[in-house]
Amino acid sequence: MGERRPAAFYWLGALFALFVLFLYGPMLTIVVLSFQGPEGGLTFPMNGASLHWFAKLWSDGLPNVDIWSSFGRSARLGIVVMLLTVVLSLMAGLAYRKGFVGSNALFYVVVASLIMPSIVVSLGIGLEFRILDDAIKKHGPAALTDGYDTAMGLFTSALGAHLTWTLPFGLLIIFAIFNRFDPRYEEAARDLGASPWQALRHVVLPIIGPSVVGVGLFGFTLSWDEIARTSQTIGYRNTLPLELQGQTTTVTTPVIYALGTLTTAVSLAVIALALAGILLLRRYQARIGSAAAKGSKSALA
Amino acid sequence: MAAGAISEKRRSALAQASPLALIFVVFFIVPLLLTAIVSLWNYNEYEILPDITARNYVEAFEGCGTRLFSPPHELCATLKTYLTTLRISLTVWFVTLVLGFAVAYFLAFHVRSLTIQIVLFLVCTIPFWTSNVIRMISWIPLLGRNGLVNQTLLGLHLVSEPVEWLLFSDFAVVLAFVHLYTLFMIVPIFNSMMRIDRSILEAATDAGASGWQRLTNVIIPLTKPGIVIGSIFVLTIVMGDFVTVGVMGGQQIASVGKMINTQMGALQFPPAAAHAVILLLTVLAIIWGLTRLVDVRKEL
Repeated sequence: MGERRPAAFYWLGALFALFVLFLYGPMLTIVVLSFQGPEGGLTFPMNGASLHWFAKLWSDGLPNVDIWSSFGRSARLGIVVMLLTVVLSLMAGLAYRKGFVGSNALFYVVVASLIMPSIVVSLGIGLEFRILDDAIKKHGPAALTDGYDTAMGLFTSALGAHLTWTLPFGLLIIFAIFNRFDPRYEEAARDLGASPWQALRHVVLPIIGPSVVGVGLFGFTLSWDEIARTSQTIGYRNTLPLELQGQTTTVTTPVIYALGTLTTAVSLAVIALALAGILLLRRYQARIGSAAAKGSKSALA
Repeated sequence: MAAGAISEKRRSALAQASPLALIFVVFFIVPLLLTAIVSLWNYNEYEILPDITARNYVEAFEGCGTRLFSPPHELCATLKTYLTTLRISLTVWFVTLVLGFAVAYFLAFHVRSLTIQIVLFLVCTIPFWTSNVIRMISWIPLLGRNGLVNQTLLGLHLVSEPVEWLLFSDFAVVLAFVHLYTLFMIVPIFNSMMRIDRSILEAATDAGASGWQRLTNVIIPLTKPGIVIGSIFVLTIVMGDFVTVGVMGGQQIASVGKMINTQMGALQFPPAAAHAVILLLTVLAIIWGLTRLVDVRKEL
């Protein structure tokens, strides 16, 4: 400590600063440009400052696109994906601690899903539903085929496609969490007569809680801006990032920056919520922990 | 009785893992199998015909041999697309590797306080949680014909007219990939670096190693697992991409992912499936080559 920094420190520090500028600079530009005056264009200079483009986005949306419906669809899907990612990867993580038949094979499948080119997954699920639709139309009972169009949709094919992307992250994070978890806490609870569920509810979950919030953060944010796996699996009604991608070359006013600022604000709000949740849970843990240590009351009460 | 309890425990574990397993069976394994099967099916304008044919694979590269080996001695469109994809992937891989390694090295070995390490790491991670499309769009006001970069260059009289290749070009595509995915290199490399026992570095220094020797003989070999995992991430994402290439290439640059996406849009599922299979085999070959270098399984 306190020794002189080598020259490499300053070079790498400068590189790091440039990298951070590279990461945030472009994003800052569109946030600034979204506050263009009514006469402003897609590039600098700023032509006055106003909320004009946000107002326009609010009242008219984007040309030819029902942006608020896709906003809602993305938000609903994101929340469902988040909940399922947390619950399913936590359950699977608990299963891996005990061991089960086929655990190795499942691990390889999960990693394969993570590194599989998304377009291949998207195509596969799209094909699956197309074949399913054809089969239902040909062989299904009349009650089902009457007016039947497709089984593809937000909470069928698109949800599944998103989960193939978020669950690997969720499971790997859960693995990392349990790697650092001291099983003696759980064993102590069981020795004191807790049922497996009580041990999970009152001991394991409170300890790993903050990290599980992180899994939820990954679940929502990865779903919120997913495009590649959604593209062939969404059916007729697009999610927000798909609409945005379609509009990049056609929208020529700062209204698209206003939308960009808005979706980024949603992402940042979710990140802030998650980080605040993690900090709160940590503080709660510290309080409960110290209270238990003093013996003033049982942490298991 | 103990054996019974154990098998009971394992059964309940199987039940706990089954919802996740079911998702991957329905939305990953079956779709992949279907893709492989449909790549061998025939089709016409209206529907997919379930009879076995090699047509999709043959037509994918039709005429490529004759074009290449007899005049005019040039690559056919399909081969060109594959080569473009490969070229972009390798460029992005190289840049993200060097940049990601340098950033991870700075965080792991030059930042001394754990709190600052965590804060700086979060600073690198937060953009990853925001929208990729927005991060691509955000280059437009900088790189466009009237963008900030061109305004600056013109203002400094470094160029006499706006530079055109900044946006909607190979350059823009690579830049956006580096912008989006360097984090995938930083995280595993940083993770590997943090596991290096610091006393090994001291030992190297005490034994007379220079800073450079310490880097090449100690740190890089011990960081190899992180490098391989990061490389797999970046290469597989870039090889199959169609969104970034589409948006940043102004829909003018062909990539394998884009070709598949276009064929899907035209409802030509069997040829799309054939290209998906070829893409998948290419990616698997790359991963296989990379994992020869290190046993990834041990590092997770």
